[in-house]
Amino acid sequence: MYRYDEFDESFVSSRVAQFRDQVRRRLSGDLTEDQFKPLRLMNGVYLQLHAYMLRVAIPYGTLNARQMRKLAEVARTYDRGYGHFTTRQNIQFNWPRLQDVPDILAELAEVEMHAIQTSGNCIRNVTADHFAGAAADEVADPRPYAEILRQWSSLHPEFSFLPRKFKIAVTGAAHDRAAVQVHDIGLQLMRDEAGAIGFTVFVGGGLGRTPMVARKVRDFLPETDLLAYTEAILRVYNRYGRRDNKYKARVKILMHETGLETLRADIEREFQEVRSGVLDLPKAEVDRISAYFAPPPFVPEQAGEADAFARALASDPALATFAERNLAPHKAPGYASLTISLKPIGEAPGDASAEQMELVADLAETFGHDEIRVSHEQNLVLPHVRKADVPEIFRRLRGAGLAEANAGLITDIIACPGMDYCALATARSIPVAQRISERFAASGRQREIGDLKVKISGCINACGHHHVGHIGILGVEKKGEEYYQITLGGSGDENTSIGQIVGRGFSYDGIVDAVETVVDTYLGLRQSPQEDFLAAYRRVGDTPFKEALYGTA
Amino acid sequence: MQADIYKENGFFLDEWQLLEDEQALPTEPGRFLVSLERFVAAPEAFASLPEIAILVRAGDDVTVLAPHLDRFTMVAIEFAAFSDGRGYSSARLLRQRLCYHGELRAVGDVLLDQIPLMRRCGFDAFKVVHEPTRRALETGHLAEVPLYLQPAARPDEQPAGARAWARSPAGLAR
Repeated sequence: MYRYDEFDESFVSSRVAQFRDQVRRRLSGDLTEDQFKPLRLMNGVYLQLHAYMLRVAIPYGTLNARQMRKLAEVARTYDRGYGHFTTRQNIQFNWPRLQDVPDILAELAEVEMHAIQTSGNCIRNVTADHFAGAAADEVADPRPYAEILRQWSSLHPEFSFLPRKFKIAVTGAAHDRAAVQVHDIGLQLMRDEAGAIGFTVFVGGGLGRTPMVARKVRDFLPETDLLAYTEAILRVYNRYGRRDNKYKARVKILMHETGLETLRADIEREFQEVRSGVLDLPKAEVDRISAYFAPPPFVPEQAGEADAFARALASDPALATFAERNLAPHKAPGYASLTISLKPIGEAPGDASAEQMELVADLAETFGHDEIRVSHEQNLVLPHVRKADVPEIFRRLRGAGLAEANAGLITDIIACPGMDYCALATARSIPVAQRISERFAASGRQREIGDLKVKISGCINACGHHHVGHIGILGVEKKGEEYYQITLGGSGDENTSIGQIVGRGFSYDGIVDAVETVVDTYLGLRQSPQEDFLAAYRRVGDTPFKEALYGTA
Repeated sequence: MQADIYKENGFFLDEWQLLEDEQALPTEPGRFLVSLERFVAAPEAFASLPEIAILVRAGDDVTVLAPHLDRFTMVAIEFAAFSDGRGYSSARLLRQRLCYHGELRAVGDVLLDQIPLMRRCGFDAFKVVHEPTRRALETGHLAEVPLYLQPAARPDEQPAGARAWARSPAGLAR
């Protein structure tokens, strides 16, 4: 993974000093809250319902054991012993004191971490496929490009006061696990006929109150033009994005109101001015950054290893279930990527205690080439483990309540913090996730239902990504009561679609029954167990679900 | 009148007088600041005024100034609110695309924490009316991260290390 050099170290420690000074000036009254707010947001500090919240960047979701241990230490020292992993591969601490934040950042800087641009109207933490560098279906590792974009966008003097936040995601595989088409810029790595790397570029995706799927602006952008083209997009957005209404300020609205052809022409015109200049990516530099992400020295698969693993699975049904759901195909023989679900039945999605973080750090060091990932589905991943070690890893995870075999199943729910923490929320989302999780807790039943993504947001800002949930749930408030709207058929992969509202909402008490009705309807109409929920929905449409939920179509 | 124009080497008096859009053209000599919109609508109307500067408002397209730039020794870019970042792009376009070499002044909601960013985009003068910002500048307290991860509009920044996109400020050995 990427390692700081002297420049990066000075950069981050200067940023800590700068923020310490900003906090001092806020506390002394030199800065009003209105003046301080964008400054603290640009360093990941929010004011929530009950306390400040600090969002720490985990660039493209990659971290090592030492960094994870530091996060555990921060959770224990400055918070209440836990942290919350987010849909943008970051971690949030929910209870720090403002005056402690500079010290927390100084501690994080010791392990090459920071909170730069985890919020604010600027270019946010760049996200990537959580199986990057490991996935069997990968064209190339997206992380070197995510790292280059992270660096270039850090404290960018022109793009620190954009109309609104700006999110970039990169995937290196045709099967998109990074949801690039619901980002402001989505990049998909490709190779041309000559084998050279480039990007398919999508612009203008986003969720929130106006969900939109990104539009393709370039089929193949050569690698060398990555920064120049990105700067062109950002400059067009900074100049022409709407600033009169924060709910219409994302680049997706500019795309919608300007139209694809015109906006693409604007971007290309700007790009022609910027290209072939200082922003060209020299191949040698791409290679130098890529070297940080070189695959670890994989151990060749030994004779008999696969058979021994098969026997272990055959003799332990719980292990077999875990392997079936939580292991993903790896490019190296004998290896797998292992998902550690942060969705134990009945718990808050994405939360991990300091002790759990430390266990994951130990496992990564012992069995996983010292690599950990955070997935945008709010789970942790050990990207490189030998299958031969999986039985032991499983045993240790089970001892810490981290062995839930539910990756990709109905209880692997994305949920925003909702009214339990968030000042914007209008409804609870964590308790709804917990109740759905308990309703479908039985392992056999979950597996019978199969792949099913449930995503829950506690307000229309859609942080729980409900628009791209196969089943999406949106909590709203009506006359002092929480109501939950169901959307069906959303998806955040290479065939991205926005879910459709199925009908009137359900009460807090009724929502879990409604979800169960949807699931039972699916089970009744699917052609075979191989036809998953999304495929069945796309085949039959919403009529059968409406009939089941409301008695009429 | 307080010297409120901050430059590299201190505070200076503002020598430019704003000519409001609805105000008649002055007959007495002087240095006048005219809005881009008004100037571009009728550039020839200002032929009688030897010294004018241009006020760029957020949303103005500075590239329309291209044929006229040698007339101006000062261009002011207005930040109606510090959170409106359009002025940063206007500044870079003026400096880098249109090769404007005169004074580039930030006016409006100009605050301490934005000044380092503005400088990197090509501003070299700042009208400072915010008292805490003035105090900080007077004591030389510019809260900056003095290392940069992208080339911008200051030609005196030096490439830093192997990365093509990294820069350090002029005069900072590294």
